[in-house]
Amino acid sequence: MAHADLISTETLTDPQPLVIAGHEFRSRLMVGTGKYASNAQMIDAIDASGAEVVTVAVRRVDLDRSKDEGILHHLDPDHFFLLANTAGCYTASEAIRYARLARAAGFNEWVKLEVIGDQQTLLPDTAGLLEATKTLVGEGFKVLAYTNDDLITALKLEEAGAVAVMPLASPIGSGLGMLNPYAIRTIKQRLSVPVIVDAGVGTASDACVVMEQGVDGILMNTGIAAAKDPVRMAAAMKLAVESGRNAYLAGRMPRREVAVPSSPTTGMLGQ
Amino acid sequence: MSESAAAVTEVASGEVVLVVNGIDRRIPAGWTLADYLASLKLDARTVVIERNGDILRDRSSFASLELLPDDVLEIVHFVGGG
Repeated sequence: MAHADLISTETLTDPQPLVIAGHEFRSRLMVGTGKYASNAQMIDAIDASGAEVVTVAVRRVDLDRSKDEGILHHLDPDHFFLLANTAGCYTASEAIRYARLARAAGFNEWVKLEVIGDQQTLLPDTAGLLEATKTLVGEGFKVLAYTNDDLITALKLEEAGAVAVMPLASPIGSGLGMLNPYAIRTIKQRLSVPVIVDAGVGTASDACVVMEQGVDGILMNTGIAAAKDPVRMAAAMKLAVESGRNAYLAGRMPRREVAVPSSPTTGMLGQ
Repeated sequence: MSESAAAVTEVASGEVVLVVNGIDRRIPAGWTLADYLASLKLDARTVVIERNGDILRDRSSFASLELLPDDVLEIVHFVGGG
């Protein structure tokens, strides 16, 4: 059988690994590090997810805490690719400040840029996002821009020099899955830079359907961390992302609104 | 420190008042940034510091950087996030 070699391996080989800004990554699944019950659970979940890129946030050190709770005490920066975000920033200048602080930590010049426009929906302020992208690209940052599922904004972000565009599947932390597959597909078809769907994936089937649109990857946090068993969900997400990718590469059968028998219509008894 | 600020804040001699992460902090006069981090049991390699709006990129300078009255420090690090 032609595919015997492929099927015998645990995972089918992806003919085109994820490459962003010239950097090749070993997984199309990127995960956040927030909201876990414990650091041990977070580490186990990240391991189960197989993710290489893990996002982190920049916050003030709590000077009155007896023990430093920085995430670098738990995550080995040699084993993961740390992607700092600017979550919680509501203006371009604030996001730029956070990005600069993150770069000064000394790991890389990459940033998952968020400029939030509304507290209730956490939808992006696309004007601020574009402004911050231009400034940071000018300073040598590799900008991965968290945005909505609007094609025009995505095109402008690419033009501004973003190395990846990250449209949402649905609002951050909502777990609603992909609300507009048409918009996500259109963005993927029109952009040259990688499209990483960020936010809104609630369970494994959501992740699978997102990957079936042909996007380059998914970033998720709450979908794993808020599961009853985050480690098991992380394992499910790993398989879902791989399955969705393989289904996309395999090319699905055409949809038909009539039945087509799978068994021969000839050779029936009495014919 | 300006005279008006000195009038508002009674500072014991031998102490300076800084604003660190938004809160007034008193430290002995003459302390360097490295001294202050050591007092907080912070590893300079795991934090990023902004002083008066400027990011301090050269950690080797911390040992010679004396903290002055009314310095505004932001000490940040990476935490869990999406």
